[in-house]
Amino acid sequence: MTLATELQAAPSAHLAIDKVTKWFETSRGRVQALDEVSLQVAEGEFVCLVGPSGCGKSTLLNMIAGLEMPGQGSVEAGGQPVKAPSRERMMMFQESALFPWLDAYGNVMFSLKRKPGLTDRERREVAEYYLKLVGLEKFMHANIHELSGGMKQRVALARALAPNPRVLLMDEPFAALDAMTREQLYGDLQRIWTQRHVTIVFVTHNVREAVCLGDRVVLFSPHPGRIREEFKVTLSRPRDINSVEVAGYATRITRALKDHMEHGAGI
Amino acid sequence: MKRFLTATAFFVLLIAAWHWVYVRRFWSPVLVPSPESVGRYLWEIALDGSLWSSTVVTMKRLVAGYFIGLLAGLPLGFLTARVRVLRDTLGMLALGLQGLPSVCWVPLALLWFGQTEGAMLFVVVMGTLWSVILATETGVRNVNPLYIRAARTMGSQGVHTWVTVMLPASLPFIVSGMKQGWAFAWRSLMAAEIYVTILTGFGLGHLLHYGRELNAMEQVVGIMLVLLLIGLLADKILFSPFEKFLHRRWGTEK
Repeated sequence: MTLATELQAAPSAHLAIDKVTKWFETSRGRVQALDEVSLQVAEGEFVCLVGPSGCGKSTLLNMIAGLEMPGQGSVEAGGQPVKAPSRERMMMFQESALFPWLDAYGNVMFSLKRKPGLTDRERREVAEYYLKLVGLEKFMHANIHELSGGMKQRVALARALAPNPRVLLMDEPFAALDAMTREQLYGDLQRIWTQRHVTIVFVTHNVREAVCLGDRVVLFSPHPGRIREEFKVTLSRPRDINSVEVAGYATRITRALKDHMEHGAGI
Repeated sequence: MKRFLTATAFFVLLIAAWHWVYVRRFWSPVLVPSPESVGRYLWEIALDGSLWSSTVVTMKRLVAGYFIGLLAGLPLGFLTARVRVLRDTLGMLALGLQGLPSVCWVPLALLWFGQTEGAMLFVVVMGTLWSVILATETGVRNVNPLYIRAARTMGSQGVHTWVTVMLPASLPFIVSGMKQGWAFAWRSLMAAEIYVTILTGFGLGHLLHYGRELNAMEQVVGIMLVLLLIGLLADKILFSPFEKFLHRRWGTEK
């Protein structure tokens, strides 16, 4: 594997989630997180999962990542059943989950060091490439606590992209950021996705954010988590979260969400 | 530099006050020796070599026991954090024994090992071990679970996760446990050395003890100064680098 091929986007993977049901044991008894959820995500598609808390969207994301196993049903990525976490499917969390004992560069290297087939020099160049891609080349050796919330999520994005995954899983990655920073990151994420066309599954409870980013918005309802409706977003990119078109879509989806909440089971 | 000068001025003033107390003869010179006599004593034992040999004997005991305690305590701490049964058994034992003043191990060590190096080593290990186990356990249990999940998605598992995630993530706790272990070990070793004569080597504790036997206050005070200096040096050499790293990386110091 050469550096040039390494820096090119890996072919993105298709995701097939088939009738997935998941129960959790809690102190208050068994809780059903997901009920026969089926979802197909095409290669290079950007799908946003939207729903109120408790609708199991994060659980579904964890299952695609291989961090949790479905109770029933199956999850496949690139035609292979998901059995364990893998560098093919990288994850970003709401908190950056960066390691404070490493600097920004060290964090990006963490995922690369585990990747076979590269020399140390190539790993270094890959890490620098991705830190540059997210605009943090000047902060390579900054300590994590010195970075702002938005910069932390940028490093987390670089860390997730560095092993060249075929799927990127994002669990409310911008929820804890201020509006200005978030808008910058919407732009960055769209730019990077347009370049690389990695398959992205993005979990959020912010409908506008979902419309701004996703090719498709999938609506969940809670208790137990079920898919209620799907919306294709056909707006051209890059999209601006403040544009009238995004707002129009968002209004429609929010109305649908409210309907499902009111008429949904268990509420 | 300014901080260094302030510290120097402080200690110079302290010695000057001591000298003044001595000159005014508030107490008999047998009880309060002059700074000069203490300095002279230290100079003499430095010249005849007994200062170095005693320091080496004491430090050998301390360092050997400390590292044994550390090497055993770290894995045991990891295990007690992860295995419920061990937490309820070994963890409980460690909690109890850590609360036991480590000097209390001296009589037991003497009965078990006699007046040997083994007894000294045992006392130091007991002083270190329990603090390190408890601190490591606390550290591991406080690791953000998100770190572990993130590490797993990046292809880390098993031993790799332990070494590259759990260990550094719990470092702030482990370092404070190491410091406490060091302090306990140091105290109990001094108690043991003052308490019993071990013929295989005369440590600083023995010199302190003989100072009392001979009514030589300058020796008692002189050795105490040496002990104080070793404590300071240990802190600066052993722990300061760790703590500086922690403060810098974690951003816990202004």
